Amino acid sequence: MNLLFALMIVAPLVASASGLLVRGRESARDVATLIGSGTAAAASWVMFGIVASEGTKTVRVGGWDPELGIVLVADRFAALVLPIALAIIFVVEIFAIGQRRTAWGANPELAGPLLGVLTSGVSLAFLTGDLFTLFVAFELILVSSYVLLTHQGQRAQVRSGMSYVVMNLLASTLFLFGLAYVYAATGTVNMALLTERMGDLPEGVRIGIGAWFFVVFGTKAAVFPLFSWLPDSYPTAPTTITAVFAGLLTKIGIYAMIRFHTLMALDDLGGAMLIIAGVTMVIGALGALAQSNVKRILSFHIISQIGYMLMGLGLFSAAGTAGAILFLVHHMPVKTVLFLVGGLIENDQGTGNLDRSGGMASRRPLIAALFAVPALSLAGLPPFSGFIAKFSVISAGIEARATPIVVLALFAGLLTLLSMTKIWLGVFWGSPPDGSDDDDDPPGNRTTMLVATGMAVAGTLAISFFAGALFELSIEAAEELRSATAYREAVLR
Amino acid sequence: MSAALLFAVFGLTGVGIYLITSRSLSRIILGFVLLGHAAVIALVTAGGPPGEAPIAGRSDDPIANPLPQALALTAIVISFGLTLFMLALAGRQQTLSGSDLVEDDLEDRRLAARAEREAALEELREAALAEEEES
Repeated sequence: MNLLFALMIVAPLVASASGLLVRGRESARDVATLIGSGTAAAASWVMFGIVASEGTKTVRVGGWDPELGIVLVADRFAALVLPIALAIIFVVEIFAIGQRRTAWGANPELAGPLLGVLTSGVSLAFLTGDLFTLFVAFELILVSSYVLLTHQGQRAQVRSGMSYVVMNLLASTLFLFGLAYVYAATGTVNMALLTERMGDLPEGVRIGIGAWFFVVFGTKAAVFPLFSWLPDSYPTAPTTITAVFAGLLTKIGIYAMIRFHTLMALDDLGGAMLIIAGVTMVIGALGALAQSNVKRILSFHIISQIGYMLMGLGLFSAAGTAGAILFLVHHMPVKTVLFLVGGLIENDQGTGNLDRSGGMASRRPLIAALFAVPALSLAGLPPFSGFIAKFSVISAGIEARATPIVVLALFAGLLTLLSMTKIWLGVFWGSPPDGSDDDDDPPGNRTTMLVATGMAVAGTLAISFFAGALFELSIEAAEELRSATAYREAVLR
Repeated sequence: MSAALLFAVFGLTGVGIYLITSRSLSRIILGFVLLGHAAVIALVTAGGPPGEAPIAGRSDDPIANPLPQALALTAIVISFGLTLFMLALAGRQQTLSGSDLVEDDLEDRRLAARAEREAALEELREAALAEEEES
């Protein structure tokens, strides 16, 4: 078990260091980064199998007592989400290798190694059992994301990168203050110990800490009104980078929120969360409708979809939390695929602007098909994974008699479908724009890019195929989180 | 002791937030430096009363809680690295745009352009109306 945990966190770091050492030699560098993230992904799948059958596994780093040291915890929630996250990074790295010779590719000497650092941070964020290590994992992810976002040093990237850095740094500073409050109030930052001690705190202090961390994680997750940095910065980065960010970064904020607020049983915040969830959904979907660039439309959708996950969490019922977890599982691959297809469109058309492209359905039917599946899934149409995820969140809402939020969720789903139609009309239908030459081959290695995107689409289809089993796993994970005793016993035993 | 630290946290936070709200990047960076210090002091204060250096068997006096100090050290290292990165970014901004002021984002610029366009149209319309009335 120790080895598995170590592989997930250390292997990508080692690969990233060796990738930097051999950075001049293309194939060696690619092999190093692929081995690193591949090892981590494989280890996480093995861990998923073990945890699903045997229950929560823990590792005390250095053998220290949980009171003092770092504990890594793989409960059902972490074991369910982490393999998907790591598989996404692996697929995107393959895509990046195909894309790197184009104008939209990231600088390959940096992107591979930095993605390794990001991978390690993602593993640590999902597995950590204490809040301070969560802070460090966030920083690991953010620092690599700052560099990935701005490393090409173009003007738009520096401008939006600055607001991205400032917003996230502010959230990190607030996180530190929050840690000080938690430590002052309870004398620990270990989440298992906190589940015990938070219950003894006065009502106001408990809710105050909960609200504080809601703001911190909410900024990372881009909930209303803290989302302003997202739609401006994501589209400026190279496609592969945006795909990883879209699939993972905001989701880690939501993951931390689901874990912290459910474990600490902060049900009192549920009402506020539901209101914010409703506004986030609708504002995100409306913002998407107003845009005319593929990547900007997709960026606004991230915000809208965060609202659904927050809604599942805000219901504070086992069904609601399970819905949020299932939504997370569905959303990460679907969003990544959509950005990868956005990259394919840019590569093919030379632009991601809707009014300067068109006619791709007849010329590139494969790309059209690769777009249609995740787009319909995002809008929540059966039989795709989005339908199952939305259905579980909304049925949990109906069960909890939260009618307004259910209505808003359905309305936002409609708006999502509308803006997906807008991309379809602009990019795939109609006639190609004047002056475009049908015969010229687009730059980059298209086969590699198509294979990577195809793998990811197959992954999203697999999610709807195994929906029943996944839903049961989510329910188990949600119940485990809500009771908190199992978690506490596994960590402190 | 604790009261002095508390006021230090207040002061640093206040000045830090004031600096962050300005438009100049170098001020924003300075603001983050101060805010980071405030957070670190808060973290150390959260560890309880001060005491001897936390080395076992050195003296019989109560020792200070070492855990928050370890946390604070980690936080200091991280904020040091981030300060450097932000300075580099601000330097890049300076070479690209010639100033270290934060630029408006895309939507802001679009809205501003639209407002200007509409104001110009409105003026034209009013001028046309006035001409009609005169004739």
